[in-house]
Amino acid sequence: MKAKIIKKTDISSFLDRLVKDYEVFAPVEKEGLINFERISSGNEALFDCPNTKMSPKQFLFPQSETLFSYSSTKDTCELEVPPGPEKPQLIFGIRPCDAMSFTLLDKVFGGDFKDPYYLNRRANTIVVSIGCLSPKATCFCTSVGGGPFSTEGSDILLIGIGDKYVVQIVSDNGTKLLDKKGLEDAGKEKLDLAAGVIKKTEAAMNPGVETEGLKEKLDNSFDDPIWQELTEKCLGCGVCTYLCPSCHCFDIVDEAADSGGKRIRLWDSCQFPLFTLQASGFNPRPTVKERFRQRVMHKFSYLLDSCGQIGCVGCGRCITECPVNLDIRQVLNSIAQLEGVK
Amino acid sequence: MNPYLPLPMKIVRITVETDDRDIKTFSISFVNSKDEANFKYIPGQFAELSILDKGEAPFGMASSPTQPECLEFSVSKIGVLTNALHNMDVGGTVGVRGPLGNGYPIEKLKGKNIVMIGGGFGFSTLRALTNFMLDEANRDNFKDITVIYGARRPGLLLYKDDLEKWGKRSDIHLHLTVDTGDEEWTGNVGFVPSITKEVAPNSEDAYALVCGPPAMIKFTLPVVEELGFPLERILLSLEMRMKCGLGMCGRCNIGSKYVCKDGPVFSLAELSKLPHEY
Repeated sequence: MKAKIIKKTDISSFLDRLVKDYEVFAPVEKEGLINFERISSGNEALFDCPNTKMSPKQFLFPQSETLFSYSSTKDTCELEVPPGPEKPQLIFGIRPCDAMSFTLLDKVFGGDFKDPYYLNRRANTIVVSIGCLSPKATCFCTSVGGGPFSTEGSDILLIGIGDKYVVQIVSDNGTKLLDKKGLEDAGKEKLDLAAGVIKKTEAAMNPGVETEGLKEKLDNSFDDPIWQELTEKCLGCGVCTYLCPSCHCFDIVDEAADSGGKRIRLWDSCQFPLFTLQASGFNPRPTVKERFRQRVMHKFSYLLDSCGQIGCVGCGRCITECPVNLDIRQVLNSIAQLEGVK
Repeated sequence: MNPYLPLPMKIVRITVETDDRDIKTFSISFVNSKDEANFKYIPGQFAELSILDKGEAPFGMASSPTQPECLEFSVSKIGVLTNALHNMDVGGTVGVRGPLGNGYPIEKLKGKNIVMIGGGFGFSTLRALTNFMLDEANRDNFKDITVIYGARRPGLLLYKDDLEKWGKRSDIHLHLTVDTGDEEWTGNVGFVPSITKEVAPNSEDAYALVCGPPAMIKFTLPVVEELGFPLERILLSLEMRMKCGLGMCGRCNIGSKYVCKDGPVFSLAELSKLPHEY
């Protein structure tokens, strides 16, 4: 692997140099919450911190965005698509789990139909991730094809070794970013250290969910009464879907103003009853049971069919933030242990 | 090309279809001739019809591409958008995004006997397909054409001009039925499934296309299967709540299939592999 080395104390000045050419977003503590914010100097960024409350999907797929604005008179109507970002953006300090979610979003928004809003942002985004040295008890990235040092979706991955980071270059964009930045090559000794850190961290992770054979079990469990039991305490609040880095369902609405308006799209949630309510009054997913089942099925079965990838990166946000402690790992393990379902 | 941008269109004709005035057919034409040239569709496809400030919703195209002068959508007055549409006049501007969805499998239908069974408002894309197949340039590509179409009462049958024209032709078997007749009604009285049983279209070398309200579909499918149509040759056009129409927004899926992108037309064989959530 191509890798450089940087001292942790040099990160701040390294970011200072990037702020000129990029909109840089990094974890920042604000009112007791750690979230990605735009930074104007390197010393604002946190890097030895727990993962952010909100996922970084908002940088590629904002919670609300204008598809076009319109101004109409009786005879004419002009549609105007908002211009793309002026500067490319750089997301610093993203976790490997969250970075991996971008590879799923790439497939969803760049599949049969191309979503110009997403793809334009994606093409103008550099992802610099930091490997997780101390995954939480609710993390299960290794169960879903990722890992605390996975490079999926990143351009550069930083691996902490003592007072330095090994800077692993993952993509051409990563190479370009580090061009003429004067970083030393990481020698064999540092790379061995990094490999040791990765091995040790992965070994210390909680066993999460057994995904071997899970899809088939799920597909066969669709009509099983266990779904009623599993979802009894779900409030349908949808926080799991809003915080999830992989969830990507949206609504499209018009926002009228005096002499025009905007057609906007907003995050939506499969957990809400109106999500699938038809004009006739028929709702194919009428209760919490069907809606919760849809969320689990979409992530662990349907997306495997349509995109070849699970719609979960094991970040654990849906576990830590659920108001009734519904744990997706327990749900999946209950399905995996169903007797009589192949 | 940005798939979210509606193409501007003008309403050129409004036909009140039903005696309760709740369903109107809007005939609309493109404002820009370039858009018109690019808009190539087949029967069974749909489009997102929109009014700025009110939003957009998917509707099956009721017109046939063999009648290129305008697109037609039959719209039932039910929500914000459809009420706004019903209040519009000829000359008004609407937006269209599409064509979307797979449409009826025209190539597979060629050379076959075609049996179309429709009920109520669900008849619109079958009307499109019928007009397509009856077009001079296409009629020889299909064998026998049978249409069984029902509504609750005579005043709720759509496309009366078409029904009259088809009734006069010898190359289409038309069976109209109503649940309850009136003094003037001389056609069949009875539900679509029982009329289908009576008509008993031959299933040999034939496709059955079924479109209508859930209750009609539920009781018609067993009849069609009993007539010997294999699951691969029974086609349904499904409806779901949709937003993007592009397989992204996440609400119209049945299992891993999106009704907007993989459908709306599915064979019963395909549907039998999916969870029953529609």
